[in-house]
Parts: sequence; structure tokens; C-alpha cells
Amino acid sequence: MQENITKEIFMTTNVQVPAFVPPMIENVHKIETKNLNAFFGKTQALKTISLSIAQNKATAIIGPSGCGKSTFLRCLNRMHEVAGGTMNGTILLDGKNILDYDPVNLRRRVGMVFQKPNPFPTMSIFDNVAAGLRLNGVREKNHIAETVERSLQQAALWNEVKDSLGKSGISLSGGQQQRLCIARALAVSPEVLLMDEPASALDPISTAKIEELVYELKKNYTIIIVTHNMQQAARVSDYTAFFYMGELIEYDVTKKIFTMPSNKQTEDYVTGRFG
Amino acid sequence: MNEFSSKIFYWRKAKSTLMTSLSLLSVIVAVVPLFLIFFYTLLQGVSAINIDFFVQMPKPVGETGGGMANALVGTGILLGLGSIIGLPISIMAGIYLAENENAAFAKIVRFLTDVLSGIPSIVVGVVAYMLVVIPMKQFSAIAGGVALGILMIPTATRTTEEMIKLVPNVFREGALALGIPRWKATLRIILPTALKGITTGVLLAIARAAGETAPLIFTALGNRFWSTDIAHPMASLTVFIFDYAKAPFDDWNRQAWGAAFVLIVLIFIVNISFRFITRDRYAGKHN
Amino acid sequence: MSQDGSDKKGQPMERHFQKEIESLKTSLIKMGSLVEENFRLSVQAVQELNIAWAQKVIDTDERVDAMEIEIDNAVIDLLALQQPVARDLRFIIAAQKINNDMERISDHAVNIAQAAITLAKLSTSDLFNEIPQMMNIARQMLKDAVDSFILLDAHAAKTVLETDDRIDEFNRTVSRRVIQYVKENPELIECGLEFSRISRNIERVADLSTNIAEEVIFLTQARIVKHHADDKVDANKEKLHLN
Repeated sequence: MQENITKEIFMTTNVQVPAFVPPMIENVHKIETKNLNAFFGKTQALKTISLSIAQNKATAIIGPSGCGKSTFLRCLNRMHEVAGGTMNGTILLDGKNILDYDPVNLRRRVGMVFQKPNPFPTMSIFDNVAAGLRLNGVREKNHIAETVERSLQQAALWNEVKDSLGKSGISLSGGQQQRLCIARALAVSPEVLLMDEPASALDPISTAKIEELVYELKKNYTIIIVTHNMQQAARVSDYTAFFYMGELIEYDVTKKIFTMPSNKQTEDYVTGRFG
Repeated sequence: MNEFSSKIFYWRKAKSTLMTSLSLLSVIVAVVPLFLIFFYTLLQGVSAINIDFFVQMPKPVGETGGGMANALVGTGILLGLGSIIGLPISIMAGIYLAENENAAFAKIVRFLTDVLSGIPSIVVGVVAYMLVVIPMKQFSAIAGGVALGILMIPTATRTTEEMIKLVPNVFREGALALGIPRWKATLRIILPTALKGITTGVLLAIARAAGETAPLIFTALGNRFWSTDIAHPMASLTVFIFDYAKAPFDDWNRQAWGAAFVLIVLIFIVNISFRFITRDRYAGKHN
Repeated sequence: MSQDGSDKKGQPMERHFQKEIESLKTSLIKMGSLVEENFRLSVQAVQELNIAWAQKVIDTDERVDAMEIEIDNAVIDLLALQQPVARDLRFIIAAQKINNDMERISDHAVNIAQAAITLAKLSTSDLFNEIPQMMNIARQMLKDAVDSFILLDAHAAKTVLETDDRIDEFNRTVSRRVIQYVKENPELIECGLEFSRISRNIERVADLSTNIAEEVIFLTQARIVKHHADDKVDANKEKLHLN
């Protein structure tokens, strides 16, 4: 059977799949959405999105600007509502509807890293990482110190800042600030990490470091990463979803999306013919 | 073609020079009153200024010399009371307005605050007279504090609101994304970030209140003797100027000029300080 | 990547796909050993007329085929997902070609093994003495080619290229002798044909080893040396003063 796949790769694929059918993913479904619609006022940003995110894998979401990928991410931790949007449909985290969760608790389980690094300006590096803990009532100094160290190590920043934890968070370089934000998000021990174009504001070396980080982190966290750089998606993710104009066009194992996509639109996008 | 374009060039240059000169002239005209006041009061009041002026009590009628120590301290106490009464309300209102931009109630509050800032200060003084002096059957520093506090509210509230809104949204989002409840995010992360800006708003409000005279006449009244008792009339710099300026004594008039000059310098210092504080704001610091 | 995201000044960061390239190289080396071993066994099967060994060669070829597919998939993965450039790209392309070359070498070893079985059944004891000589040279060439890949040694690769001519010479000699042999002993035509077959397949193994050596030179020196293109290229460069 493998032989057949190898031979097929060299045939051009022009297969139009009429109805989209999500693939069988033989993993635990950490997050599932069913017929998710999202609106900004009257404008519909997402149309009946149904997909399952596998646990402890990296899932990339690609698509041209304005296709709804960031909106989708923000629905998953209910930040979409904070920005004034509305949504309907079902989103399940570990099988339970996230609308039944208190948003504050939900966001402790589903963390987020933003496109522009945003360390809190009035806080030191240490305080930034500890912010999530302290502002949720954690007091014991030892526990906080240990967590800060562990988070900074997981974010591959510890060795660079361990001697200057008292320095202001914004005194770091762009790439370091972003890793600081990742450490901050990890400190509250989330299960899922949502990353909204985490490297797009960074230089190539910092970007490479962030990509390596994702590769390491996915062993312990479920990662969903939105990126406009599809080569990045190819490099770091296990599964890739292609969004276009608010709809989910194709969702499959990353290798398949980049070697033999089932949908012509997907193929046009990844080969750079549009978007 | 060459001749033609150089003519146009010179004409353009001439127009530009003309406009620049006009702008410069306007600037000078705008700034002249400030200098006039500054130097005139200096001229008139310098003779009254010496160490005694700052540390001594006013002398009885007929005697020359003496100072305005009680007025200086009084102004300090009155501003302190006004701050305690007016600022907490203003800051909390400012936070509320910033966090609830579109609520109907917020719109009403905003409107009313703007109305309040337009009310003449003498009216505020009369209101404080009715609210505090009459029940207490007594002019007092407390009443003065109430009047000044009310006067501080519009400025401090609006500045607080604006400064909080100026905090980039990314920080708000970052805090919420950590699972921090909204009120805590506002209080522990947004507010400290906006603190420098809020401080300038507060200083502005205090500076405005420091220059008020009419409301204090109805409330704190004034006091020729040393007193730090807030339940009784209290001296203030502005009322001191008022009293001494309209007195028939030359010596007193000179002291009024002196006090006026001191007041101007104090306000000037406050202005310079908050320029200094705001120069370092976080907004420019991202790499 | 360990806890340290920083690199010492100037040292390149290790990326996870480099591990995948290393693993690709390891697979190729394993395949190389397997193929070398299979060829050696086929040669011995001919010399000893041992049917059991010949059968083993045929069975082992299935494993080689499976490895070829595995490596093919790994190459596609790396190309599609990691966008390699420069030396990584050259390595992966060379790996793909070497992979295919080695699989064909194994196929030729199978042909030789089948000839061994036929000769054993004919219980012949003649064997042109050129054939063992060819076999040894070809074995050496294959070994050198595989080693040059493991060590990325362009010089070792070059010696392989130079040896190819000798095999060609031997092959022509064997062809002539077979004609002679069959004329003299018409009833031994089947043996003659098998000798011919063995000689041809050894020559093909030598050719493929040469291909592998050429890939190694491409990989290490970023030069394409196929089909004596070198001489023409050098002449052109001289004209443009590029040398």
C-alpha cells in the first residue's frame, strides 16, 4: 500500500471533494467544535466550523488574511466575547461545553500567546511570569519561585534571564519578550496553549527558537497555532486546518496537506497561487 | 523653463517665510500675557519677599512686616482635605467610565462630569456653604475641603478615564487570557500601567484647586491667626491675596503682590513636575 | 533543544529536523551495509555454487525493497515539510538517488544469485577466472562508494570513478571468451549464457557504485560530475575567467 502512495504523489491531483468530511484522528479529542458560527455584529466571521483538536499535538490553522483563523482561536478561550463578538454552536473541552465553564476558569485551562509580545510593563521578569499565579490567589513564595523557574525553563528563557529576574519585562529583546509571554502563559499550567501568530513580529532567529519551542511543548500541551506562514505550519504541526472566508476547507495530517491536499483550493493556497 | 521655475521657487519661499513669521508672531502674542503677569507680580511683590514672609504670622493692623505662614500651611491643609474628599471618587469614577465605554449610565455620568466642570467655582462654594457650613454653624476647613474636592472631580475623573483608555488593549487581553478576573486585571495591571498618567491628572486637578478663591471665602473664610483646626476657619493663600490686595495699606498691598508671585511660582513648579513625570511614559518603550 | 534557547555566540542552533536528517543518513548507511552484504553473498554463492546462500540473497532483497520505500517517504517528508536549502537540500537529493541506486544493486545481486542456482544445477566446475576478479573489484568499488558516503569523502569517491574502466574492460573480455567457449563446447551453451549474465550484472553493480560516488561528489563539492561534464564545464569557466 505504501508503494501506491509513493507512486500517487507524482500524479497531479485535481480532486474536488464535494462535501467535507473531517478525518479520523486516532487520538484523544481535546477540543471539539460543532457547527461553530461567530459574528462581529451582523458580519459573520466563521461559518459552521466543525473540527476536533487532538491532545498533545500541534494543530496549525492557515489561510489568507481575514479568513477567520484568529477569530476561531479566540472563540476557544472565549476572548471573542470580550472583543464584542457573538458566537453560537458547540465547543467542547474534554467533552464538556465551554459555555458551561466560568470564562475565568476556562482561560486558566486554555492559555493564549499573542502576536505582539505583551509583557506587563510595570512588572519585572519574575513578576510577569508569576502574575497569573499571584493574581489568582497563590501565596507561597517557594511554590511561586519554583513555578517561575520551571516555566522559564520550558520557554527556553531561563538561562538568559536567571541572573536578572528583577529587570523590567520590557527591557528584553522582542524574541525574549515573546518567550517571556509564553512562560507567563505556562505558569498557570494550562492544558491547551493557543498561539496567535506568535512569531510574526520576530526576526528569523527568534522565529526559529519559537518553532523549536512549539516542537518541545507539544509533548506536554495541546497546541493550536495560527500562522500566516504556511511553511511554518509545515515545519511544526502534526495537523493542519485550512480556512478560507470563514469556512473550514480542509483539515488533515500536515504531511497530506502539503503533499497531496484533497481540495483544489487548498492546493492553490499552499502552492502560493493565491492568498 | 528654468527662469520660470526659479520665479515660482522664490515666490514659494517668500510665502513660506511670511507664514512662518506670522506663526512666530502669534506665539509671542500668546505668551506675552504670561510673561507680563510673571514679571509684573515679581516687580511689585519682590520687596515683600524675605524669609519672614514665609515663616511669620500676619502682623496686627498698623504694624509693618509679618508673613503669610498660616496662609501657606492653610492652603496645604485645604488641598489635602480636598484631595482626600475628591480624588478617590474621581479615580474610581474614571475607572468605571473607562471600563464601561458604552453603557448608558456611563454616558450620563460622563455628560454630568462635563457639566460639573463648567459650573462657576463660586456656585460650588455656595453649595458647600449650604451643605457643610450651615449644619456645622461654623465656617471651617472641612467645608473648604469639600468645595475644593468637588472642583477637582471633573478634571481628575476625565484624565483618569483617558489615561486608562490609553493603556494598549494588548495588556488587558494578556491579563484576561491568563484567567485573571476582569476587576483584578483592571486594578492590579491596567491601573499601575496608567499610574503615571493618572498622577498628572491628579496634579492638574490639585493645581486648579490651588488657585481658587471664591469658594474658599464661603467656606473656610480665612484666619488671621495660626490654626490647624479643620473644624474652624482656615487661612489660605488665595484669600490672603484677596484680603490684602483690597486693603488700604501699602504694606499689605505689597504683601499681596508677594503672595501672588509665590502662588504663581508654586503652580509653575507643579506644571514643570508633571511635564517631568510624563516624559518617561511606557508608550515609547516597546522594542 | 534544551532549556537553553540561547546559542553560544556564532554556534548554530540545533533544530529538530536535523535529527530527521541524521536518521535518514543512518537508514541509508544500514541499507548500504545490507546491500553490500547481499552482493558479497551473491558473489560467494557463485564461487561456491551454494544454493542456500543464493536463496538467502533473493529473500534479503525484499527487505531492501521495503527500506527503499521507507527512505523514499522520509525524503518526501523532509522536502515537503522542512523546505531544506543548501547542504541539507543537496544531501536529501543525493540520498534519494543513492537510495534508488542501492535498491537496483540489490536487484542485480538477485540476478547473480539466480545464475548461481542455475550453474549449481548444471554442476559445472568451469568458471572463467575473469569473473572472480571482476567480483572482487566490484565488491571493492561498492564498499568504497558506500564508505565515501558515510565519511563524505570526495577523494575516496573519485577512486571509484577511476576504477570503473577496468570492469568495463573485463566485461568485454568475458563476452569474447563466452563466444569462444560456446563455439568450442556447444552443449555448454547454458553455462556460457550464465557466465555472460553474471558478468553483465557485475558490470551494472560497478556502474551503480560509480553513480553513488558521483552523488557523493555532488553532495560534498556541489559540483555535478556526471557524464564527464566536468571537462566541458572547466573549459567554459576558463573562458570566463571564473576558475
